Amino acid sequence: MFPTILFFVFSAVLISAALGVILVRNPVHSALLLVLCFFNSAVIWILLDAEFLGIVLVLVYVGAVMVLFLFVVMMLDVNLEEFRSGLTDYWPLAAAVAGFVVFAIINVIVVKHLGGASLRSAPALAEGYSNTRALGTVLFTRYAYAAEIASTILLVASVAAIVLTLRRRPGGKLQNIAQQVAVRARDRVRIVKMTAEKRP
Amino acid sequence: MWEWGALRDWLSGLMTPYWANPLLTAVQILMVMIGLVLTMAFYTLAERKVIGWIQSRRGPNRVNLFWIPGLGQPFADVIKLMFKEIIIPADASGFLFRLAPFLSLVPALAIWAVIPFSPQHAFANIDAGLLYVLALTSMGVYGIILAGWAANSKYAFLGAMRSAAQIVAYEIAMGFAMVGVLMAAGSLNIGDIIEAQRGGPLSWNWFWLFPLLIVYFIAGVAETNRAPFDVAEGESEIVAGFHVDYSGMAFALFFIAEYVNMILISALTVIFFFGGWLSPFDGYLSESAWLAGPSFFWFGLKTLFPMFCFLWLRATFPRYRYDQIMRLGWKALIPVTLVWLLVEGFMVYFHVGPWKGHL
Repeated sequence: MFPTILFFVFSAVLISAALGVILVRNPVHSALLLVLCFFNSAVIWILLDAEFLGIVLVLVYVGAVMVLFLFVVMMLDVNLEEFRSGLTDYWPLAAAVAGFVVFAIINVIVVKHLGGASLRSAPALAEGYSNTRALGTVLFTRYAYAAEIASTILLVASVAAIVLTLRRRPGGKLQNIAQQVAVRARDRVRIVKMTAEKRP
Repeated sequence: MWEWGALRDWLSGLMTPYWANPLLTAVQILMVMIGLVLTMAFYTLAERKVIGWIQSRRGPNRVNLFWIPGLGQPFADVIKLMFKEIIIPADASGFLFRLAPFLSLVPALAIWAVIPFSPQHAFANIDAGLLYVLALTSMGVYGIILAGWAANSKYAFLGAMRSAAQIVAYEIAMGFAMVGVLMAAGSLNIGDIIEAQRGGPLSWNWFWLFPLLIVYFIAGVAETNRAPFDVAEGESEIVAGFHVDYSGMAFALFFIAEYVNMILISALTVIFFFGGWLSPFDGYLSESAWLAGPSFFWFGLKTLFPMFCFLWLRATFPRYRYDQIMRLGWKALIPVTLVWLLVEGFMVYFHVGPWKGHL
């Protein structure tokens, strides 16, 4: 009973926040509403006993990705009118893509996974069941190769992102610590030997 | 849940358990909050006193309480802040400006839900406690970013940008240090992590995971925006950083959040590396002796040490420059954790070290 009420409350907040993301004018407010969306989906996952996924969603998306996103959105000087002018031309295409995505999700979840039944209660969990442990066991045994390939692709992508954006600007004040440590007094100070001058 | 037999029975006599249990939980939450806020208040006093002594000064000594000079200072500060006007800048984004202090305070307080104060005393004994801690510590950054942005001031915005980059960078090192603790304990549950360190001070994690302890504490200091990593405030360059436009209790909320976070990082350091509520005489004295048993006393006593280190660091080190902070985070702390995780992996595999049970 109580979890059901919670589910409806959080779903309502999730849907209104998701609508807010696309309807709000200010991009920063939009990004913040997206954070609210992630948070509410995490809560719904936790209600489904998938606490690992829920917490990782908060950790990765709310804690890291959206922070960087906000970081960028706050610094951009976005011209909103330019964005909005394209909407009337593209909305049929956007509607078609959105319709296809909704169809695909319904197809996968309802038809393939639930076998046509629109509602089915989740199987009861065994005593001492650990969501994290179960996920880890599956990831590192049955899907070990898939997990390794996915992580390699991510690693390559992050290395590529760094290489693509790395630039050395001339005249930067970056320290070279090895150079600093290797400095000797004779490189810096010139000792001049000269005879003392006579006081006039 | 806490075992308060007598009080629970008395309450259950008054009303149905349906109402008694949430009420009891609310009372317990209130007790922890009051304890935390009092600790935080006297921590600010301790900070000023300790830094004073380190710099050969006396620290606050005007507001006396029980004839102890300076003991009433936190209360004087609170009263002063409460009666100050909260000014909202004309061009600020009003709602977010008001929301930001809460966004930094709420995660700081919410994490205490999974902190076990003693073997019997923890609100939520959840399975993925470590992840919960990591997720909520990363939430705290929103308060800072929003405060900086909503104030519509360049100083505040610069502070927010610095702090966002810094917190995201150090979170990675912190997460890796926690992976080491997780490997040692074989569990994400905080109670199990403490239980896995049983057997006297040398089987606590600090000895076998010493590099991770150092990385964790440094990352914790950076994560709370404390000196020497306090570029987000940087009073000499950007006035006071993200909270430059806040006054009165709105400012005090940021202040409380910062100090509660410091206490939290100290408590977590103790839990992960110094055996939490385990006694240092565990295994040396007989289990029946009060000193050898696990209790809140040991947890509190041990937590004071990292809390002191925060103040010690602040009084000792000059502030890092921004690029130095980034270099330390990415090029020193993360490689250290990665190397030590590899070493620890070998230790676990070849049964070196005190942890042997879970493999």
